Order: sequence, then C-alpha cells, then structure tokens
Amino acid sequence: MWGIICILISNFGQVYIPQLIKNGINSIFDKAESSVILKFVILITAVSLISGLFRFLIRQTIIVTSWKIANDFRFDFWQHLQKLPLRFFQNNSTGNIMSHATNDINSIRTFAGPSVMYTIDNGVKFILVFFIMLSMNPLLTLYALIPSPFLSLVIYLLMNRVHAKYVRIQEKFSDLTARAQENFSGIRVIKSYVREEYEIENYKKESREYLNRKMDLVKIQALFIPVFLMIAGMSFIIVLWAGGSSMINGKFTIGEFVAFYAYLSMLIWPMIAFGWVATMVQQAEASMKRLMKIFNEPYEITYSEKSETKKLHIKGTIEFNNVSFRYKDNLPLILDRINLRIENGQTVAFIGQTGTGKTSLVNLIPRLYDVTEGEVLLDGINIKDIPIETLRKNIGIVPQENFLFSDTLANNLIYGLDEENENLIKNVSDISQLSKDVEGFPKGYETILGERGITLSGGQKQRSTLARALAIDPKILILDDSFSAVDTHTEEEILKRLKVFMKDRTSIIISHRISTVKDSDKIFVLHNGKIAEEGTHQQLVELNGLYADLNTKQLLEEELSVMD
Amino acid sequence: MAEQREDEILGKAYDSRLMRRLLVYIKPYKRYVIAAIIFNISVAALGPIRPILTKIAIDDYIMNKDYNGLFMIVGILFGTLIIQAFVQYFLTYFTELVGQKIIYDIRMQLFSHVQKLALKYFDRTPIGRTVTRVTNDVDALNEMFSSGVITVFSDVFMLIWILIFMFSMSVELTLITLAVLPFLFWATFLFRRKVREQYRKVRQHLASLNSYMQERVTGMNVVQIFAKEKQELKKFSSINDNFKTANIKSVFYYAIFFPFVELLSAVSISLMIWFASGEIINGVLTFGILTAFIQYMEMFWRPVRDLSEKYDILQRAMAASERIFNLLDDNTVVKDVDNPVLLNKVEGKIEFKNVYFSYNPGELILKNVSFTINPGETAAIVGATGAGKTSLINILTRFYDIESGSITIDGIDINKLDAKELRKHISLVLQDVFLFSGTIKSNINLGNSEISDDQIIEAAKTVGADNFISQLPNKYDEEVKEKGATLSVGQKQLISFARALAYNPQILILDEATSSVDTETEQLIQTAIEKLLVGRTSIVIAHRLSTIQNADKILVMHKGELKEMGTHQELLARRGIYYRLYQLQYKDQEIVKTA
Repeated sequence: MWGIICILISNFGQVYIPQLIKNGINSIFDKAESSVILKFVILITAVSLISGLFRFLIRQTIIVTSWKIANDFRFDFWQHLQKLPLRFFQNNSTGNIMSHATNDINSIRTFAGPSVMYTIDNGVKFILVFFIMLSMNPLLTLYALIPSPFLSLVIYLLMNRVHAKYVRIQEKFSDLTARAQENFSGIRVIKSYVREEYEIENYKKESREYLNRKMDLVKIQALFIPVFLMIAGMSFIIVLWAGGSSMINGKFTIGEFVAFYAYLSMLIWPMIAFGWVATMVQQAEASMKRLMKIFNEPYEITYSEKSETKKLHIKGTIEFNNVSFRYKDNLPLILDRINLRIENGQTVAFIGQTGTGKTSLVNLIPRLYDVTEGEVLLDGINIKDIPIETLRKNIGIVPQENFLFSDTLANNLIYGLDEENENLIKNVSDISQLSKDVEGFPKGYETILGERGITLSGGQKQRSTLARALAIDPKILILDDSFSAVDTHTEEEILKRLKVFMKDRTSIIISHRISTVKDSDKIFVLHNGKIAEEGTHQQLVELNGLYADLNTKQLLEEELSVMD
Repeated sequence: MAEQREDEILGKAYDSRLMRRLLVYIKPYKRYVIAAIIFNISVAALGPIRPILTKIAIDDYIMNKDYNGLFMIVGILFGTLIIQAFVQYFLTYFTELVGQKIIYDIRMQLFSHVQKLALKYFDRTPIGRTVTRVTNDVDALNEMFSSGVITVFSDVFMLIWILIFMFSMSVELTLITLAVLPFLFWATFLFRRKVREQYRKVRQHLASLNSYMQERVTGMNVVQIFAKEKQELKKFSSINDNFKTANIKSVFYYAIFFPFVELLSAVSISLMIWFASGEIINGVLTFGILTAFIQYMEMFWRPVRDLSEKYDILQRAMAASERIFNLLDDNTVVKDVDNPVLLNKVEGKIEFKNVYFSYNPGELILKNVSFTINPGETAAIVGATGAGKTSLINILTRFYDIESGSITIDGIDINKLDAKELRKHISLVLQDVFLFSGTIKSNINLGNSEISDDQIIEAAKTVGADNFISQLPNKYDEEVKEKGATLSVGQKQLISFARALAYNPQILILDEATSSVDTETEQLIQTAIEKLLVGRTSIVIAHRLSTIQNADKILVMHKGELKEMGTHQELLARRGIYYRLYQLQYKDQEIVKTA
C-alpha cells in the first residue's frame, strides 16, 4: 500500500520536472531575470531529490516485500515437503524438487516484486504523462502518439514468434545435452568399435542445427531494436515537424518543445515494459501451477489421535497380522500376507535374496510406508493409532543407504537427540567400533564430514549410522544390512557389544551373511514376499532348504577367500 | 554438489592469458568481425547525429521561420533513422553469427577432445561435469562474444561521437555537462563494488540454502526416521531468512543508485540551463544547442551505467572459459605410437607374458599373468568378484596400459599398434548392454555405412534376434529410446550380440551378463553365444555353465593371479579353486537344467 503512495508521489515529481525545464527555458526566451531562472534551476534539483527519495522508498517497500513473500512461501513449501511420505521423494528427483524451491519460487517473487512495481509505476506514469501532454497540446500529442500503438502491437507480435523459436532452441539444447550424456556414458562401446569419428559427425549435425535455430531466433530478435528505433524515432520526428511548424506560427514555445521531447522519452519505456511484464506474468502462472501440484500432495502418513496412546511407554512387541504391501496400485505385491510375532527383548533376523521384501517389511514398522492390507501392532496397539513422533523416537533404524549430513561427526551422531551429550557419543561409538577410527581423525568428533571435510569409508559410514541410531536409546533397533561394508572381525566385535546393549530391547537384523544372523533368537527366510522358512540357525540348517543352501555357499566362499 | 560449488567460483573479470586463447577462435571470422566493427562505428555515429539535426532545425529554420528548411531536416532525420535501423539489424545479426559460429567451433573441439580421452578420465570424472562443459559452459561464452565485447565497442564509439559533437557545439557547455560525470563514475564504481560484495553474499547464502535443501531432500528418510522435522524446520527457517536479508540489502543499493543517477542528471540539466541562460541572452549559445545537449545527456548516461553489467558478463565468461580450457588441456589419453604397425590379416593368437597391471600406482590388480590362446580357441575366464577378470579385457583392448610384461597378438606387441587399429579387430560385448537412442539398425551397425542392411539382418538372424525384430512395427527401423528402455534385458543382449557379429571380428571378447532371464530367453542366448564363438578367438568372462563346459580352456583368476588353467574336467579333478568356484557359481545351473 505504501508502495503505491510512493509510486504516485515519485511520478508526480518526475512528470513535473519537464514542466520546470519548459518554464525555465521559456523564461530564458523571455529574457527573464537570472533570479527567476535560478528559482527554476533550484526547483528542478529539489523536485528530483524528492522524487528520487520516493523512488528509493518504492524499491524499499515493494521489492523488499516481494523477498519477504518469497521467504514465507519457501518456508511453507519446506514445511509441507517435510511431511510428505517417502514415496514422494522416490517418485520425484531431488533436482526436480530443488527447482521448485528455487526457480519457481523465484519467478513468483519476480511477479510479486518487479512485475507489480513496473506495472503500477508505468501505468501511473503513462496516464500522468498522457494527460499533461494532452493539456499542453492535444493535437501534437495525438500526432506524437500515432506510432506507439504500432510499437506495442509489433512487440507483441514479435514476442509471440520469439517464444515459439525459443522453445525450439531449448529442445535442441536438451538434445545436445542428451547426446553428450549418452556418448560419454557409452564411451566404452564407442571406443571398442572405433566409432569416435561417426559420433563426432553426429554431434556436429546436432550442434549445427542448434546454431541454425539460434540464428533463426536472432533474425527475429534483431528486429526489436530497429523497430523500436523506427517507431520511437518517428514520434520524435513528428513532434519536431508538427511542433516546429507550430513554433514558427508562434503557437508553441521552445520550452514546451523541450518538455514534449522529455515526456515522449518517458512514454517509451512503459510501452516496452508492457511486453516484458506480460512474459513475467505467464512464467509466474506456470510456476504457481507447478507449486500447487506439490502443495496438493497428500501427507498419507497420519494417525488417529487417541488420548490413551499419547504418553505411551513402548515395550517392543511387534506383530504383523496378514500384512500385504505394494508400492503403487498397479505394481505387484512386495509382501504377501505376512504373519509374524517378535517378542520384546528378542533378536530376530530376516534373510533372503535382494528384492524379496526385507527392507519393505521393516520400513512398515516406523511407518515410512503404510501397509496396503492387514495391520502392524506394537505392544498390541495398531501403529496407526500411535503418534508418529512417539513411534519413531522409539525406533532406531539403520537404513541401507547410510546417509550422513555434511556436518561434524558429533552432530551426526546425536542427530536424533535434542541436546549434546559427550558421554553418550563416546558410549555409542565404542559399541559400534567407531572410537578407534575417530582417534585417527585430526579433529576427533568435531571432524566435518562430506565434501567440505573428510570422506568416510563405506564401513565407517555404516558404523556411524549405527551409532546414530543407538544414541536415541531405542526400544526397537532395526539394522538393514548394516554390516555389508564392515569386515567380519569388526562385525563380531560390534555384535558382541550390541548383545549387551540390546538386552531388554527388540532388535531386527537384515543381512545376507549367515555369520551375522546365526545367533538370533529367530530367523525368517523371505522368498518372493512370503516367509518361506523360520526358526533358529540350527533348525533351519536341519531343514535343508533355502537357508541351508545359503549356508553351504557362504562356507565355500570363506574357504575361497582364505586360499592363496 | 562439488560441481555446483566449482561453477560458482567467480574469478577475475579479465584474464589476458584466457582472453588471448579465446581471441584465437575469432580469427577464422575476421571478415565478419571487421564488418561488425564498421557497422558498429556507423550506428554509434548515427544516433548522436539526430540531436545535432534537431539543433539545426531549431536554430536555423524554426527560429528563422523556414518551413521548407524544417521539412528538409525532417526528411534527413527520417533518412538517418531508416539507415540506422537497417545497420542496427545487420550489426545484431552479424555479431550473433560470429558468436554462434565460435561457440560451435569450441563445442566441437571440446567434444572431439573428449572422444580422445582415455577411460581413466571417465573413471574419475562424473559424466554430468563433462556434459556441463560441453553444453552450458560453452553457451556462457556466447553471451560474451555476442552481447558483451561488441556492445562495449559500440558504447565506447558512441561516447566518443557524442563528445566530438558536444565539443564542436560548445566547449564550455560540454565541460559543465561533464562536471557531473566524476560523480557518476564515483557512484557507479561505489555501487558496483557494493553490489558485487552483496551479490557474493547472496550467492553464498543461496549456495548454503541450496546445499541444505539438496542434502535434506536426499536424506529425507533420515529426517523422518528420527522425527526431526521441527528442528530441521527451524534450521531451514534461519538459512532462508539469511538469504532473504542478504537480498534485501542488495535491494537497498539498487534503491539508492538509480534515483541518485536521476538526481545527477537533473543537477546536470539545472547546471546547463543556469549556465546557458546567460550565454543565450548574450547570444553566445542557441536554444538548439541547449536542446541537443539535453538529449545528449540522456544518451551519455546509459552506457556508463551499463558498464557494471558488462563486467559481470565478462566475469562469467572468464570463469566458463577457464573450465573449458582446463578440459581441453587434460591430456589423459592412451598414448599414440610413433610408427604404428598395421595389422592386415589377424590370425588371432593372443599371448600374455608376465603382465602386471594397476589402476592406481601401488595397488596391483594383476600380478604376473601369463597365458596363450591359440587362433580360433575359446578361453573362459572365471573367478570371484575382484579377481581381475574385467581388468584382463580392459588391458587387451588398451583401455588401460599395463605396467610391465607384454601382450601380443599374432606375436605383435599391442603397444606397437595404434589403439584404434587394434580395436578394429576386436569386438567387445559388455555385461551391461549399452544401447544408443536411434534405431535397431543404427544400434547394430553403430552408424558404420560399410555394414550393409543385408549384413545387419544376417547378423541378427544368426544370433536369433531377427525373430523379435521382425515383429516390431518398423522392424529394423524401429526407434530405440534412450538406453533401450522399451526393450527387454534379453532383447538388448541379442542386439549387442548382433552388433559384435556384424563387425565380424577375428577376436571376440564377451563379458557375460549375470542378470537372470526366463528359460526361453536363456536358451536363445546360449545358442547365440555358441554361434558367436565359432571361427574366432574368443575370451569370455563366463557366468554360464554351458560356456565353461564348451570352452577350450578355462583360466581361473584369483586375487589378481592366474591360479589354474585347463579344461572343465581337468580343473574339477584338481579340487582346487575352480572346484569351489564351480560349486558356488555354476552348480545351481546344473540343477535348473535337469529340473
């Protein structure tokens, strides 16, 4: 609102200046006293100062507001994003989501800021200037403005054609990118069949087409300046001609003539800005549509609030009743009517080939996904009735992809906690056999991870994510293939210590290695989304089925690895 | 992420070393550039002529009440306007053309260079980075060639012309007009510095906002697993606020600068009117001159203000060219031989003698490997993961050079051969079939026009691919999408077999795919492989029982060494490494077969 008042005041000032120039020059013409002329000179500067001050305020209100709007918008976007289910992040690439948060929000800011500012500013200016010119000399105004509708029209027509050409250029550019990407990915094939020359020729064709399409656009785009020059220039020539004739007749003063020139140049920018703002608005509209699509994504994972579950003390008995699961409606079932029961304090293991649904099964427990059919019970309560935060705070999960933030190691380890705790860090690092590694780091636990710091080995990463899960003091611990990059000796050490830590807690281990699972209270062998075998190591070996087969193979592998 | 950061580093706006290298690319287009410069000078002169003509109209004709004279001037003005418009059009066209042609040249040079790079380069460089060099970075140069450098020229020319005209009309009034100029320079300089500083801060905040979001989006499961949404939102909010604050600060500088420039121009006009009033009354100056000066002032302001923008363009272009030249200077190529031996007729005898090889110095992958494969023989390589099987084929095709020992084909050391010459006699079928976007045909002949359509169909028939291809709507001209997304795993393999066969090599290297296919396809593939191996020396990294059983010899790799060699039965009887490998990897297939 203040912005509009500023625009009004500033524009009144701006259009007043040519009047002052006119009066100044006229008074020179009338050979007025120098004090009169001095008055005008001072007035010009003063009005310009005031107008400039308000011009400053325009930006400080409208543009600043637009940044605030963008800020709020992005905040809402993020808040929403965090609540979306994992499914969403698997279906949308990171780059895509990022482009919403940056490009789309930015084009909305451009709309809310510069577009609004220019529209109001130029609209006000146009009206003011038009009426002043009209009051000075109606006929000359009409003459002078004859070319301007053509300017708007031609710019509009050109813009339309430019857009189509621009799309064609973008398409070719994607082709260029895709071609290069494909070539570099398949470089082995190209080299081994000695097809480099052919590929270069192909790329030449694409690049040449890109050049041609660009020049196609240039042919149109190069028209903008000449057209603008011609049409705006014509206005000035008409004013000189018609105005000059009036001056000869004495109907028009030299001061008025100069002022007219000044007003004309004020009118040209609004006419150009018009086309520009139109494009901005279009972009903002498209961005808004894209953003709304994300804002309309449902949260999916919700819970029905029941008072008795609010302050729940979780013990850790897990039960699956006829649980089936699929990722999407049209995809096959990943889990098919699973029934199982894990007593609190037990250690159970899931084993089976890749793609048999082990990870999907454990992901259902902290509700990273919801079951398609059936129910999962925790201490006899359907997990859908437990507040998500309560549920997840009690489950320590070490996911397959060991993701760590580029922050200090300490901050990564206490990620699940609300405050720092040095003893705890030490303790969980000991269990996960991380302490020795940390001693070797120059900054110890304060070492920064990721690209700005050190890169951890696969095993170190796995042990760090394990420590991070242990730090939240979980009632249920889920290890999803967490030792794949850890050597067997270290793994044994960790398992030994975990046994102590996991007393009275429930642990679920997923692994491919028999050595990891063999001491579990119960082992489930998953096959094609179903539980194929279950029992202790001894029972399963005697069963002589899938598990026994795997066992034999791993023994062989071990034999091989020690051979020289 | 590393990519993004690297791309954000902005160096100097002008680096004479880089500039000299860039200017080399202009040379072929000297004539265009000269034309552009001539256009430039004329456009720069035509604009400033108009205020002069206006002045003449006012002083000589309007003041003297000369209608005809006024009409004549209007006519001349119209004429100059048309000429200016035309010249301007061609100026824009030619400068763009030069810019586009140059970036085309640079792009092709870059792309051809990448084709020569050894696999080592691709091992250590993410593909996305190389793609960015060839596409975006090259395009960033365009801005400099087309709008940057040349408009600076025209701006400078125009300023010179304006000064000439102004001085010719009134030296004193010119000096008075220019009196404000130091302030403009000072303001622009200060503004540019502040804005650049602030811009850098904005970029930093944007980078941390982006990397925060990037990381959290990637690790959203961790955020949700630990139920840290509230704390993360707080963190996000503070980063987001920092970004906003930095932007608002930079708005402040713009908000000050533009009104200040307007104020300066008002002061300048005031000064002119004040000074001119006395002179006009004294008859030294005319109204026409005053009017012309007021117009010149407006023309003068714009180029000076634009300078800072040009500076940014130049800076971006320098950063991009630095990255481009770095890639062009990358010399990771398999060295060419000075006097390469030509291979005419290859029998196909392959011999490894005491070969040592490592990807990284000090980490030996192959140790003392020696074996001979006679012409026409099929050798199967078996071993656990990491035993060095893939490395064997990588060095035979000279994707990598060995450390010591020798590899010979028909007794000729492959190091004495040109890598391309060598590869012409070897067909390589990789485990992960790579299909290019194009047609089935172009994926079999890889664009080699020496391979006729008949040969393509013949090859496809031999490997049993013709059956499914001829059922496609467009048969051999059926479009293949990126990475062959519309084809099944088995079909892709058959196409890659047809590809190898169409090139009819004397030596075949086959890395069998491990991915499981249905029994029917498995049968097809087994038959195809058998046909593929006939009549040529073949090395197969074997995952199929049938392949190892049919092989003339089996090489057992273990921890980088060749541990056992012999036929299937011989090796089984030895009860060594092969015996265990067999039970581990191949025995199951026997069960499937009998079942």
